[in-house]
Amino acid sequence: MTEPAKPIIQIQNVSKRFGKVTAVDNVSLDINAGEFFVLLGPSGCGKTTLLRMIAGFELPTEGRILIDGQDMAGIPPNKRPVNMVFQSYAVFPHMSVADNVAYGLKIAGVKGGEVKDRVAEALELVKLGGFGERMPDQMSGGQRQRVALARSLVMRPKVLLLDEPLSALDAKLRAQMQFELSELQEKVGITFVTVTHDQDEALSMACRIGVINKGEVAQLATPSDLYEYPSNRFVADFVGSVNIFEGKLTLDEPDKAAVDCPGVGKIYLNHGVTGPHGADVWIALRPEKIYLHVPGEGKAVKAAAQDAPDGYNFARGKIKGMSYLGDITLFEIELDDGARIRVSRPNLSRHDQEDFTWDDRVSMHWRADSPVVLLG
Amino acid sequence: MALFARAPIAPLEYSRTLWMRLWVGAVMVFLYAPLVVLMIFSFNDSKRNVVWRGFTTKYYEKALGNDQLVEALINSLTIAALATLASLVLGTLAAVMLWRFRFPWKGAIDGTISLPIIVPEICLGVAFLMFFAAVGWPTDLVWPFNLGAITIAHITFCFPFVTMVVRSRLATFNREQEEAAKDLGASEAQVFRDVLIPHIKPALVAGALLAFTLSLDDFVITYFTSGPDTITFPVKVYSMVRFSVTPEVNAASTLLIILTVILTFIALKAQGVKAIAETH
Amino acid sequence: MAEQDWKTSKRTFAAVSLPTLFWVVVFFLIPMAIVWLYSFGENRGLTEIEFSGTLENYKRATEWLYLTIFGKSFAVAALVTLICLIVGFPVAMAITFASEKWRPWLLLGIMLPFWTNLLIRTYALMMLLGTQGFANKGMGALWEGTSWIKTLVGLQPLPTWEPVQLLFNNFAVVFGLVYVHLPFMVLPLYAALDRLDRSLIEASLDLGAGHFRTIMRIVVPLAAPGIIAGVMITLIPALGAYLTPDLMGGTDSQMIANVIERQFKKANDWPFGAALSFLLIYAMFILIAIQSMRKKVPEVR
Repeated sequence: MTEPAKPIIQIQNVSKRFGKVTAVDNVSLDINAGEFFVLLGPSGCGKTTLLRMIAGFELPTEGRILIDGQDMAGIPPNKRPVNMVFQSYAVFPHMSVADNVAYGLKIAGVKGGEVKDRVAEALELVKLGGFGERMPDQMSGGQRQRVALARSLVMRPKVLLLDEPLSALDAKLRAQMQFELSELQEKVGITFVTVTHDQDEALSMACRIGVINKGEVAQLATPSDLYEYPSNRFVADFVGSVNIFEGKLTLDEPDKAAVDCPGVGKIYLNHGVTGPHGADVWIALRPEKIYLHVPGEGKAVKAAAQDAPDGYNFARGKIKGMSYLGDITLFEIELDDGARIRVSRPNLSRHDQEDFTWDDRVSMHWRADSPVVLLG
Repeated sequence: MALFARAPIAPLEYSRTLWMRLWVGAVMVFLYAPLVVLMIFSFNDSKRNVVWRGFTTKYYEKALGNDQLVEALINSLTIAALATLASLVLGTLAAVMLWRFRFPWKGAIDGTISLPIIVPEICLGVAFLMFFAAVGWPTDLVWPFNLGAITIAHITFCFPFVTMVVRSRLATFNREQEEAAKDLGASEAQVFRDVLIPHIKPALVAGALLAFTLSLDDFVITYFTSGPDTITFPVKVYSMVRFSVTPEVNAASTLLIILTVILTFIALKAQGVKAIAETH
Repeated sequence: MAEQDWKTSKRTFAAVSLPTLFWVVVFFLIPMAIVWLYSFGENRGLTEIEFSGTLENYKRATEWLYLTIFGKSFAVAALVTLICLIVGFPVAMAITFASEKWRPWLLLGIMLPFWTNLLIRTYALMMLLGTQGFANKGMGALWEGTSWIKTLVGLQPLPTWEPVQLLFNNFAVVFGLVYVHLPFMVLPLYAALDRLDRSLIEASLDLGAGHFRTIMRIVVPLAAPGIIAGVMITLIPALGAYLTPDLMGGTDSQMIANVIERQFKKANDWPFGAALSFLLIYAMFILIAIQSMRKKVPEVR
C-alpha cells in the first residue's frame, strides 16, 4: 500500500477478564482499511476473545474499540458495521442457502428485487451460483463455509471477521481456501480480520499479522518480517521451526556483533544489536539457514570465513536423527560442544537424501545475516 | 446474584438482564411460596391455617402419633423402595435390549414399553382396578404382601422412565470401550459389569431417584389399586385434606418434603448437579 | 450405531428381553385389554358384567353432557399448556444462558418442585388461595392501601374488601394445573435450548437482527422439537388430570378424569368408565400422531 494507511479498527488498551482469568491484557493495535489482518496465536491466547469484542459479543473490561473512528461502547452486535464468519459457520439449518444469505438484507429493509440480485451476486462471488435453493444439510462443510461467507459479504460490512475459518477443512481444501480467501479479499476490498492458530495459514494470507500470546500482542509485523525478524523467543518459536540458544553478547558495534553460545560456539552477525555488553541474549537460527557439509570440514570452515572471522559461525557434530519429508530432510545433530541442533536440507535432486545417514560426522556453517539476536 | 449487574451485559447474557431476573424470580416465588408457607404453618399453634398464633411442634407429635398416618408412610416408603429396585432392573434390561439388539417388531415393542408414560394415570388406575378384580387378587394378605398389587402397579409406570433415562445415557456410550475391554480379554458379563454399568451409573442414580419419587408421589393409581386395608401416604393425606385442612397435614407434608429434599441431595452428592440435570 | 441382530446371541437377548416382555404383557397389556373388553360390556346386577359387545357405552359417551366435559378438559389443558409455555420459555432461556455457576442451581430450583409430592403441592396451593389465605389477604391489603391513598387525595374511599373466591372454580383448576405442570414444560424447553448452537444466535445478531426477531426466527424454529415435546409433556397429563380439578375445582369444573373416577367409585358403572378411559387414551394417541406428523414435515422439505 502506497497511500498512508488509515485505521478502520482501533483497539486501545483493551483488557478482558473473565472472573480471575485475564483473556486479553491491555492490547492496543490498529487495523488498516483494506488489509488482510491475521490474529495468530496458540489456543487460549485470547485472540478469539479479541475478535468477539470487535463483533460485540464480548464487552471489554477496560479500554475501547473504535470502528471507522466511532467508539463501539454500548453498540450491540446487530448495530455494528462488521460481520462475522463463525468457526462452526453458524449457517441457519432451517433456511435455504438463499434465505440464509438474504436474512441480513431483509432485516436491513432492502427491497425484494434488490435482495434477490444481491443474493445471487454474493453466491456467485463465493462460487455457489445456482445453489440458492439447497438446504444447508445437503452441502459439504466447505460449501457451508462459502454460504457463511456470502451471508456476511452480502451485507457489505466495513470489516469482515473470520474466526478460525479453515480449521474444519481438510488439508487440501484448506490450501485452496487460503488462496481463495486472499483473492476474494482483494476483489471485494473489504478489510478482513482472521483469527487462526495455524502459522502457515497466517503467513500465506495476511498483509499483517498480530501474534498474540497470553492475552498480549507479542509482535505486529508483515509475514516475512515476522519470520525473518522475530522480536522475541515466543514469536521465533511459534512461527516456523527454530533453534534457540542462550548466549552472552561479547561484541556489539553498529555494523557487527558477536555472541558466545556455550554448547554451540561463537556466533557472528553482520549488524549491531544495541544491547549492553555481556548481556544474556538468545540466538534464533532457522534450520533451513544452516548449511550441512559432506565430511571434510575444510569446506565448512572456508564457507563460514566468507563473511565472518575465523572460528565463528561454524560447528561440527554427529547426526542423531533424521526424517525424510520428501521435499526436505530434517536432521537432528548433536554438536561436539554439547547442544542439539535441527537442520533442514532441501532435496534438490532425487538422491540427495542418501548423502547423510545416522551417526555420520558432519560439519556446518551459516551466514552472518542468518542468526537473530533476541533480547527477550 | 446481584440484582443489578455492575459489568455491562453482553448480548448473550440473557440471564443477566433485569427483566429476565424478575421473571425467573417471580416464577421461583410462584413455585416455592406455597411450599414455604405450608412448612411455616406446620409450626403454627392454631387449629386453622390462617393466622400465626405462635410456634409449636405439637402437630408433629400429633402426626407422628397418628398410627394410621405412620403406617401409611411406612407403606409408601416400602412400596417405593420395592418399586425402585424392580424398576431399575427391568428398566435397565429393557434399555439394553432396545439399545443393543435388532429384532422383529422392535418399533412396536419400543412403543409399548414407553406407553405407560403416556397413558393417563386415571386409565392406568382403572386398568389395574379391573385387572386385580378379574384375577381375584387376594386383599387380605399380611404385611408386606398386602402391598403387592400397589407395588406391581407402581413398577409398571416407573420402569419405563428408568428405561428412558438409561437409554439416553447408553446412546453416549463409546462402543470402542467395549471392544477395547473384549480385546483385553473380558467376557460379555465382565464387559457389562466393568464398562457398561460404570458408564450408565449416573443414569441409574437419576432413574432410581425418579422411580422412587414417582412411586412416592402417586395418588391416582394407588387410589384405584389399594384394598380397603392398605393405605399409602398420599391416599391418607388425600382423605385428611378432603375431611379438613389441619396443621397435622402440614406437619406430615413437611416431613415428606424434607424427605424429598434429602433424597435429592443424596443423589446430587453421588453424581453432582450437572449429571442429574442432564439426564432429565 | 450398529445394532446386533438378536439371532447372533440369543441367550443374551433372552436374558435382557424376557423379563421386560413378560412384565409388559402381564401387567400392562392384559390390564389394558381387560378395560377395552369391559368397555363393550353391560352391567348385570351389582358385580356381574357381561361382555355383550354392545356399543351402548360409547354411544352414551357422545351425549352432550360428556362431550362438553371432553371439550372443556381439552380447553383447560390447552390453556394450561399455553400459559406454561409463555411463563416457562423465558425461564428456560434464562437457565440456558446462565453462568456455569448458576445454571445447575436454577435447574435444581425447577426440578425440586417436580420431585415434590403432587398432592402436597396442590394442598399447599389450596392453603394459599383459600378465602382466608394469603392471596386474599395480600389483595385485601392492596385494596385497603389503594382506598387509603384515594382518601388521602380527597377521593371517595373504595368499598370495603370482600374476600374473592379463588378456590373451587375454573380459575383455581387452571391456576393449580399451571402450578403443578410448569416444571414439566421448563425442563424439555431447557434441554432443547441447551442443544442449540449459540453461534447461530450470534450470527443472527451479527447480521443485524434484534433479540426479539432472533428468538422468533432462529431460536423458536430450531427449538421446535423441544417446544413440541414440552407441549406434549404438559398437555397429556393436564388432559388426564384428576387430583387438581377434584380438590381445587368447583362442581362445574369436573374434568374427564373426575367423570371416569365417578363411574368406578360412586356410580359403579365400570363398562361406561372403561369406555370413557379408552376414549381418553384414543385422544392421547391422536395428539401423539399429530405431533409425529408435524415432526416429519420439515424433513421432507
